[in-house]
Amino acid sequence: MKSHTLAVLVIDENRIRASIIEAGLREAGYENVTIVHDINGIARRISEINPDVIVIDLENPNRDMLENMFQLSRSVKRPIAMFVDRSDEASIEAAVDAGVSAYIVDGLKQERVRPILKMAISRFNAFARLNRELEETRGELENRKVIDRAKGLLMKSRGISEEMAYALMRKTAMNQNRKIIDIAQSLVTAIGLLDPGENV
Amino acid sequence: MTQNHEIVAGFLPLLDSALLVIAKEKGFAEAEAIDLRLVREVSWANIRDRLAVSRYNVAHMLAPMPIACNLGLTPLAPKMIVPMALGLGGNAVTVSSALWTEMAAAGASDDLDAGRNGKALHKVVVGRPGRPLRFAVVHPHSGHNYELRYWLAASGIDPDRDIEIIILPPPEMPDALGAGQIDGYCVGEPWNTAGVVSGKGHIATVKAAIWKSSPEKVLGANAGWADDHPDAMAALLRALYRSAIWCSDPQNRETLASTLAKPAYIGRPVDWLLPALSGDLQVGGGQITSVKDFFVPRGKAATFPWKSHALWFYTQMVRWGQVVHDEGNETIARNTYRPDIYRTALQPLGVPLPGASAKVEGALRVETPVGSTGASLTLGPDGFFDGGLFDPDKIDAYIEAQRAAKGD
Repeated sequence: MKSHTLAVLVIDENRIRASIIEAGLREAGYENVTIVHDINGIARRISEINPDVIVIDLENPNRDMLENMFQLSRSVKRPIAMFVDRSDEASIEAAVDAGVSAYIVDGLKQERVRPILKMAISRFNAFARLNRELEETRGELENRKVIDRAKGLLMKSRGISEEMAYALMRKTAMNQNRKIIDIAQSLVTAIGLLDPGENV
Repeated sequence: MTQNHEIVAGFLPLLDSALLVIAKEKGFAEAEAIDLRLVREVSWANIRDRLAVSRYNVAHMLAPMPIACNLGLTPLAPKMIVPMALGLGGNAVTVSSALWTEMAAAGASDDLDAGRNGKALHKVVVGRPGRPLRFAVVHPHSGHNYELRYWLAASGIDPDRDIEIIILPPPEMPDALGAGQIDGYCVGEPWNTAGVVSGKGHIATVKAAIWKSSPEKVLGANAGWADDHPDAMAALLRALYRSAIWCSDPQNRETLASTLAKPAYIGRPVDWLLPALSGDLQVGGGQITSVKDFFVPRGKAATFPWKSHALWFYTQMVRWGQVVHDEGNETIARNTYRPDIYRTALQPLGVPLPGASAKVEGALRVETPVGSTGASLTLGPDGFFDGGLFDPDKIDAYIEAQRAAKGD
């Protein structure tokens, strides 16, 4: 893979996402990648790194501060423009939707910057997908806990086995055309309300 | 009868997002057949970018920001218009307890008087060894930046040489003050009250004392969207005007505070919001100082987008080296604010509409009835604490005088 000499600075407070972007950029041959998680002292870091492209997540509340720094050009000698090209609306939209913003040094050829922005966008999207899946898994785990609790309540109150308790819930769910988790949840809620020790 | 308008608006968690929040929460938007979606943001840059790519149609915005965008001063510069303002006042300057102690020894008092407390700060700055004081504002193209600089300069302090001004997000200011990273800040509410409540800050002066009846946030609209959807735009302005009436009623104060305190909006305690709404500010050290007209959501034509306001902001952009003064730029600034759209939208309501689109800022020393259509309208007092006048017909002279005062 041919290497690119562009210096890329990634500012992202989310360490996992930052390393996902970094890995992607390195794979694409960008070896000069620096990751910064903390905006404190960023002016000094920028002057040290002297980046050609700066990628920052839109969740970062310090974008106003960063842009002001660019305008004052104290730490960054050359003027900074945003995104690949102001007229490249499709890129800008994709970036904003993904939650990323890129600043480039004026005069840098847009063909050289576009792949970096594209990479950042795809990595941001991949991270968002990963997060969603994680949330879903977490939700499933929660569901599992509620179902187990409902099973336990049924076993205790009706004196039946675990298998029978589960079969009963499944049958009820099928009859009422509802999900097992909903049946389990109503059971747990109902018992909570009936139990004088647990009412709130 | 009418079709439903879907409008998406970005906002920052600040007290002056009230008109948008209440338009939604109290059904004023719905009554105009508007499905208003509010999205909380973390930076003004995000609001600007999402407005540029049409994810937002309109937004709660710093009054000078649409002008800066139209002048091409920002990285991404969507074409914007300002058809309405979202109120007057609402900001304050808070300093650290340590700096306040020094200022008090130099003559500053709890009355928030901009002249007296500015002189005290000047004494402290002049007699201070070591690193210059550091103040924070929220954005380079903000009312905060310009009013802080105006106050400092008129008090004999050069804001570029004698002190340092940095940019910070509003919610981070009280913590930065407490940690000693900054010595003071100029921000909207509730972040001054938050600084005082934390015991780390003291309010030194307020926007209403630096420039009476001065504009703060506006409704910024994507110019392309506004052109294509004049009916939706007009309906939104009517909803926001009704919201302004509701917000200005003292009887609604508690409800307004508890609505804004919700996690979806400002997400902070009601007690942080009430002082700004009542004007009874906790200034520090247990002292409460009443400020008449601290935050004005409706009175004094508070929602009217005066071209003289836009032009004053423009003169300050020139003054502090953000843009060069020429006829083209002046015209862009003047045309960003659109009182014509405001008038057309609100005419059916029979509310007072100023006859003029610009006024001499600082001409009214007392409340004064002025020419208007509809109901009667009272403006003022307005103007700058140092007695300065801004006549929008004499921009060249104003810019020249400020340049001369700086010694350039």
